[in-house]
Amino acid sequence: MQDEDFVTIRLTVNDVTHRLVVEPRRLLADVLREDLGLTGTNLGCEHGACGSCTVLVDGQSVSCLMFAVQANGHEVMTVEGLARNGQMHPLQKAFWEQHGLQCGFCTPGFLMTAYELLQHNPDPGEEEIRSALSGNICRCTGYQHIVNAVRAAAQALAQTTAEPSGTAV
Amino acid sequence: MKPPRFRYFAPQSVEEALTLLAEHAEEARVLAGGQSLVPLMNMRLAHPSVLVDINGISELAYVRPWDGGLALGAITRDATIERDASAAARLPLLVEAAHSVGHPAIRNRSTVGGSIAHADPAAELPAVMLALNAEFEVRSRSGSRTVSAQDFFKGYLSTDLKEGELLTELRVPGLPARAGSAFVEFSRREGDYALAGVAAIIALDEDGTIADARLGLCSVGPAPVRPQAAEALLRGQRPDDEAWAAAAAAVVAVLDNPLSDIHGSADYRRHLAGVLTSQALATAATRAERNR
Repeated sequence: MQDEDFVTIRLTVNDVTHRLVVEPRRLLADVLREDLGLTGTNLGCEHGACGSCTVLVDGQSVSCLMFAVQANGHEVMTVEGLARNGQMHPLQKAFWEQHGLQCGFCTPGFLMTAYELLQHNPDPGEEEIRSALSGNICRCTGYQHIVNAVRAAAQALAQTTAEPSGTAV
Repeated sequence: MKPPRFRYFAPQSVEEALTLLAEHAEEARVLAGGQSLVPLMNMRLAHPSVLVDINGISELAYVRPWDGGLALGAITRDATIERDASAAARLPLLVEAAHSVGHPAIRNRSTVGGSIAHADPAAELPAVMLALNAEFEVRSRSGSRTVSAQDFFKGYLSTDLKEGELLTELRVPGLPARAGSAFVEFSRREGDYALAGVAAIIALDEDGTIADARLGLCSVGPAPVRPQAAEALLRGQRPDDEAWAAAAAAVVAVLDNPLSDIHGSADYRRHLAGVLTSQALATAATRAERNR
C-alpha cells in the first residue's frame, strides 16, 4: 500500500490525546476499539439503526457512521470516560441498581445517548427519554428498566449538582 | 461489513471542493453527513474510489432569512434545524420534519443537503421541500444554477445533479398569511424510515375557506410525490373532514407505485398515505386557523 493511503490524525479521547496513522476508510468506532483498545464501544448493525456504537464527538452523540479521519482534531468521549477516580458515573450506578442491563452489549451506547440527553435536558419525562433512546436497540431488557435507570440517574445528578462539592455531568 | 478503500479529500472551501469534483468527476462522491452513504459503503452497495468530505466547509453551514423563509447551507445538520429559533418562527414544518429524521445520533450528523442530494424516497426532507416550493442552488466549476424542487427529483436515488456539481444551498420561501403546516409519518419505531409520510400546508382566505393547499409525500413511490390533483380539489373548499377525505382519496388514486416489502404491502402503504394525508391536512388547517 502506498503512503498516501494513510493519514495522520490527532484524536483526544477521554481527555487523552493520541497521534494515530489510519486508513481513511476506517470507522471511528473501529479505531477506538482496535487502535486504542477501548472496547467498551460496540459495533452492532453498522448502518445506523442499533445505536450500540454511540460515542460523543465534541459533546454530541454519533454512531459508527463516521470515519476516524473526520474526528481529526476533535474531542471524543467513550463509555470508558464516564467513570471518574474509580467512581462510577451516576448513570452507570443507576443502570446497575435499576437492572437496566442484562447481556450488556447495548449498554455503552445507551449510556452515551442518555448522557447527551441529560446534558440538554436534566429532568426528562418518560416520553422524552423514550424518544431520545429511540435509536438504541436492546434485545434483553424490554426497555422499561433502562427508562427507570435514566430517570433515577437524572434524580441522582440533580442531588449531586445541588451540593456545593458535587460534580456536574 | 466495512467500507472499501477510497482516496479521501477534505476541502475547506466550496472552490476547493468544486476543483476536486471536476478533477475526479466520475469516481468521486460527496461525503456530507454520511448517514446514508457510509451504510451503503459498508454494505458494498457503493464503492466510490474518491470521497470529497465537505464537512469542513464552514461556509456551507448556516440558516439565514430568505424571502420570508430561509436559506439553508447544504451541510446544516438536522439537529441544528431542530433547535433553530428562526426555523421555528418562519418554517415550523422544517423543524417538524428534521425532528422526524432518524435518531438523535443520526441527526447530529445528517445534513439537509445530503438528504436532498441522496434523494431517498423514504427521506422526509425531499417531500417537505417539494411541498414548500423550495429551490436548490447547484454549483460547479463552470458556474451556478438554480433548480426547483419540482424539477430536481428524477426518480429512485436520482436527481438533476450532474457530474462535478455540488448542491450548496436550499432556499425555502416563507408561507403566505393565515397558513399552517404539519408533517406526519408512520414508522414501526420512532426514527426509522417511515412506511409513509405526509407534509401538508394549508393557507386560509379571509372568509376561512382554503386559499391554497400543498402536499408532499415520502415513502410511497420511487421519488417524493406532489399530488397536485388533490391540492386543486381543496382550493375554495371549507376546511372540514369532507374536504380532507376527498383529498385523501385523490392522493390514494395517484399512488400507483408504492414499495411492497416485509414492513408493508403496496396496498397498505397506499391506504396509510390516505389516512396520514387527512391527519396532516386537519392539523395544518387547525394551525392555520390559529394564524388567522
